[in-house]
Amino acid sequence: MSTVVSPIREPLIEGGKTYHDITEDIAAPTERTPSVAWVLAFMVAVSGLALYVFCLGWTIWNGIGTWNLNRTIGWGWDITNFVWWIGIGHAGTLISAILLLFRQKWRTGVNRAAEAMTIFAVMCAGQFPLIHMGRIWLAFFIFPYPNTRGPLWVNFNSPLLWDVFAISTYFTVSLLFWYTGLVPDLATLRDRSKGLRRKLYDFFSFGWTGSAKHWQRWESLSLVLAGLATPLVLSVHTIVSFDFATSVIPGWHTTIFPPYFVAGAIFSGFAMVQTLMVLTRKVLNLQEYITLSHIESMNKVILVTGSIVGVAYLTELFIAWYSGYIYEQFAFYNRVFGPYYWAYIGMMSCNVLSPQIFWFKKIRRSIFWTFVMSIFVNIGMWFERFVIIATTLARDYLPSSWSYYSPTWVEIGLFVGTLGLFFTLYLIFVRVAPVIAIAEVKAILKSAGDQFTGAKAQQHEGAQQQAH
Amino acid sequence: MKNDKKEVLYGLYDDEEQLMTAVKKAKSDHLEIMDVYSPFPIHGLDPVMGLSESRLHIAGFVYGAIGALFGFGFMTWVFTRDWPIIFGGKPYWSVLSFIPITFELTVLFASVGMVVTFYTICGMWPGAKNPTLDNRLTDDKFCIAFQTNGASTQEVDQLRSFFSATGASEVNEKEL
Repeated sequence: MSTVVSPIREPLIEGGKTYHDITEDIAAPTERTPSVAWVLAFMVAVSGLALYVFCLGWTIWNGIGTWNLNRTIGWGWDITNFVWWIGIGHAGTLISAILLLFRQKWRTGVNRAAEAMTIFAVMCAGQFPLIHMGRIWLAFFIFPYPNTRGPLWVNFNSPLLWDVFAISTYFTVSLLFWYTGLVPDLATLRDRSKGLRRKLYDFFSFGWTGSAKHWQRWESLSLVLAGLATPLVLSVHTIVSFDFATSVIPGWHTTIFPPYFVAGAIFSGFAMVQTLMVLTRKVLNLQEYITLSHIESMNKVILVTGSIVGVAYLTELFIAWYSGYIYEQFAFYNRVFGPYYWAYIGMMSCNVLSPQIFWFKKIRRSIFWTFVMSIFVNIGMWFERFVIIATTLARDYLPSSWSYYSPTWVEIGLFVGTLGLFFTLYLIFVRVAPVIAIAEVKAILKSAGDQFTGAKAQQHEGAQQQAH
Repeated sequence: MKNDKKEVLYGLYDDEEQLMTAVKKAKSDHLEIMDVYSPFPIHGLDPVMGLSESRLHIAGFVYGAIGALFGFGFMTWVFTRDWPIIFGGKPYWSVLSFIPITFELTVLFASVGMVVTFYTICGMWPGAKNPTLDNRLTDDKFCIAFQTNGASTQEVDQLRSFFSATGASEVNEKEL
């Protein structure tokens, strides 16, 4: 062995794999007929998608009067869902970009699926503001194009417009980053297939050959895209938080929002990655590539970001009290004890209290608890956005216009429907593309494979020495 | 008729460390390598092969600078020349509130520009047909290829003995 690896470092690839084993194992799910579990999951997901299409059509045909928004509460489930999905869409780029810059090798096991998840989540997120506009056929008005009305330009000072730029840039860059990483692996699938499959992968692998110069450029491109995507991913949720923070509504108008939203986004994104990975590794039989050590690393991120979010919640309350400003104090009193107290309890218990069980190593490495906690965090983070949006609006400056809001079936259907859309896309993805970055896993094999590092490696080396 | 196809003699190795030693030997033997193919990027290979550093990141910087200037310049033009409007009593040229969009456009231009440049200079696009030497090169084989158009038998023999000396598991010929 040429590279020196600490024997204490845990292996990230188990089972003494060779390069060929890696190709076989990861390509297999795209080559065999789908399992019963996949077919059942796909049927459920497509039903959700059908519900989504129906509710979307209903909303567009009848208008957003079919929702329960009122003059006081103008943002309800729609914007809550938007922020929730955008938050989920943060883990992919975080894993692939920030962890690439930090040279964290464990990212190779999960980055591909997490990036795909990012793209699908942003697709789910993007449509909520669009349908919320009411007249979706005029949605192109948000772009500054030379029009016949002057041209009258959009308001570049508005955080809502910043959001348009942030999210469309984020979607584009994530897609390019993901696809460029995927091209060498699609070439691997191409070289294994015949007939129509070969033609398709030939088309989508862009004629990749694996030439040394191409790899060099590919690595240079990945590194710069990671460098660009890192501030980008931080900027996106910062700008989403500006939608609230630059307003003059007590409870929204706070400077803590950008870091608090970014931490929350990473938190919820990792929770969704865990939900997907725990299932994916089991169903596709990839436990040797997405190991307990990967899961533990992600649980540590969840613990840290969950605690940051918890500190932010408490800081908000403290600053509201300390400010001496009665409207601010009322906004937070209302958040905790007002008509939506149940949402606040849901948020606090799912986001702040329950992740604390990850201080125990046993629980961080338990598949069962990881899955349960990931669902808790997903729910908790939805409540967080609902708490911020609905409770704040429900009690505004004029007590005569105070109001309460609960969703109609259309709004619930749209939310459940986007879950259907998300899982349909994800399930198609696992059938047509490698869920794990094949080339990147091969590149770390000699420093992270269990025949080269960890307890088994010492036995392996001992056996080799005896043989000589 | 002139044959414009490349005649290639290539050897396959089972391990990237073997390949690295072989490339070093080829360099010291003054053999002219056409290309090296591998299933994943091999660190430290570029200097051994004598590949100069990619200049893609410089292109990225230029695209990003164009994006920043375009974004900021466009907003400045709109709000100071074309259609000045007062928002919330702030100045027409409110630089601070132009920063988010300027930043997003910097990232957008740099990323899209770099990706387009990358695929163009690599000769890759949807459906591009770049001939490959062996199907296992995207799986577990590492390959050194020499171009042998017009090479004498003696030269080809020299290449073959190079492959056997460096432990290539297979040596083949192919026209590209």
